[in-house]
Amino acid sequence: MSIPTQLKYTKSHEWVKPEADGTVTIGVTHHAQELLGDMVFVELPQVGRKLAQKEECAVAESVKAAADVYSPISGEVTAVNSGLESEPEKINQDAYSAWLFKLKPANAAELDGLLDAAAYAELLENEDH
Amino acid sequence: MPFIPHTEADIAEMLASIGAKTIDELFDEIPKDLVSGQLTGVPPGLSEMEITRLMMERANKDGFYQNFIGAGAYEHHIPAAVWQITTRGEFYSSYTPYQAEASQGTLQLLYEYQTMMASLTGMDVSNASMYDGATALAEAALMAVRSHKTSRRILIPRTVHPVYRKVVRAIVSNQKIDVVELPFCMQSGQILPESLEDFYKEDFAALVIPQPNFFGVLEQVDALTDWAHSKNAFAIGVVNPTALALLTPPGEWGSKGADIAVGEGQPLGIPLSSGGPYFGFMACKNALIRQIPGRIIGRTHDLDNKPGFVLTLQAREQHIRRSKATSNICTNQGLMVTAATIYMSLVGPEGLRRIAAQSHANTVELVEQLEKIAGVKRTFNGPIFHEAALTLSKPVKAVLTQLKEKGILAGLDLQTYYPDIDNALLVCATETKTSSDLKNYAEQLKLSLG
Repeated sequence: MSIPTQLKYTKSHEWVKPEADGTVTIGVTHHAQELLGDMVFVELPQVGRKLAQKEECAVAESVKAAADVYSPISGEVTAVNSGLESEPEKINQDAYSAWLFKLKPANAAELDGLLDAAAYAELLENEDH
Repeated sequence: MPFIPHTEADIAEMLASIGAKTIDELFDEIPKDLVSGQLTGVPPGLSEMEITRLMMERANKDGFYQNFIGAGAYEHHIPAAVWQITTRGEFYSSYTPYQAEASQGTLQLLYEYQTMMASLTGMDVSNASMYDGATALAEAALMAVRSHKTSRRILIPRTVHPVYRKVVRAIVSNQKIDVVELPFCMQSGQILPESLEDFYKEDFAALVIPQPNFFGVLEQVDALTDWAHSKNAFAIGVVNPTALALLTPPGEWGSKGADIAVGEGQPLGIPLSSGGPYFGFMACKNALIRQIPGRIIGRTHDLDNKPGFVLTLQAREQHIRRSKATSNICTNQGLMVTAATIYMSLVGPEGLRRIAAQSHANTVELVEQLEKIAGVKRTFNGPIFHEAALTLSKPVKAVLTQLKEKGILAGLDLQTYYPDIDNALLVCATETKTSSDLKNYAEQLKLSLG
């Protein structure tokens, strides 16, 4: 199971990477793409949209299901990975490089409330049983 | 799949194997006070002979009139083969089966229906149908709002069918969507593209463009489509499928084409039958494919490279996405679509063109004859397809009553829906009318007004 230690995680299977410039990069985890199967489409938020924590902001659609992606923290969308619109399979190939969008956090303290790699691994462990 | 009822012996055997004495016992867990007991409003059963007689008596009450009413539902000749084939056991189910891929025949028919509708509307994709034209328009409005993302306003001109406007309001108004009505030109009976700028105050998600409009008048669809696109909004065409055999399809309106096309499918082989069941059609451009509601059938290959049909793009439907589904209208009008597909196959593109051309010619001829009568003039001067509004020198209601006594349903009193249009009658003469029918109508109207 691939869970990079430098990232933060949510219970709804998003990963969060704090960047040096103060923004955060967000994607879905390896486990999430495994559950969904072959990705066929990704619907991304509009740049400039202000998101609340846990707000629905993107849709990851596979052959099996269309799953909502929730914003791990509140903030404003500064960039989206529009390349995924034509190549959604990149999420299956490498979930941690195929980011969905970047946020400028409204409250950086919310990052502390996210799961670390160990806690996320434990969550998955419990989910499997 | 045949329907095989259980015999008394089957029922007794099944009850015995689960240890229940009666079928009612299976419902014991429902609290006694919730059980309704007798259904007092439902009469006791009738025999086949009794019900046939009752229905014949009721059917006779409809009478045998020459029908010149259109207004959204159109009387066309339906080749006898259409319903003969539609009611074969293999087709005679109004429902897409839940084990959809097990029913390849049904899926192939729906696929062919979609192909025909996409071609007729000039669009990339069609779904497997909707309830009716009005709900299809409401779904198109929702689709436009979902895709537009920044505006929740829909512009609907008053030349759109009044019942459609009412249904759209009923369906979308609880979803915080503004429906803004646009006026029309009282001379031409059209939306004036140059007047739209006056109504443009803030962004909107879509402009609805009827073709032909409720008055039978052709709208300036190219200019209207381009105007909507110039405001970053979608263009939704509400079209008559028969008319599309002659007119430019919505997919080719303006410089980029309309984005969504919807309409009432009834003219394609469905009898008027007192207002239903009918079916709605809906087609769109590829860019909106993930927002189109309902079922879409796709053609694919299996592991052995054999062609087959499947439900496709269903990840956003309610059986998968539940409350977050694109739409909770996921029933298509399977039986009506079967009839429409067979109708289109039988008449073919050339046949449909001839039906449309004859309907247009009959209406034009009727209008010409009626205009010669003192006290009759055209209400609007815009070009028409197969329906026209006529202003009479007398109240329409009285004229309709008099003509009905002569066996003619002369049209629709426009005042029913447009209190601001006085003494106007909406008439339609499809290919089902002969020259002598038109002459007879003109003679009777002359007598009535004289």
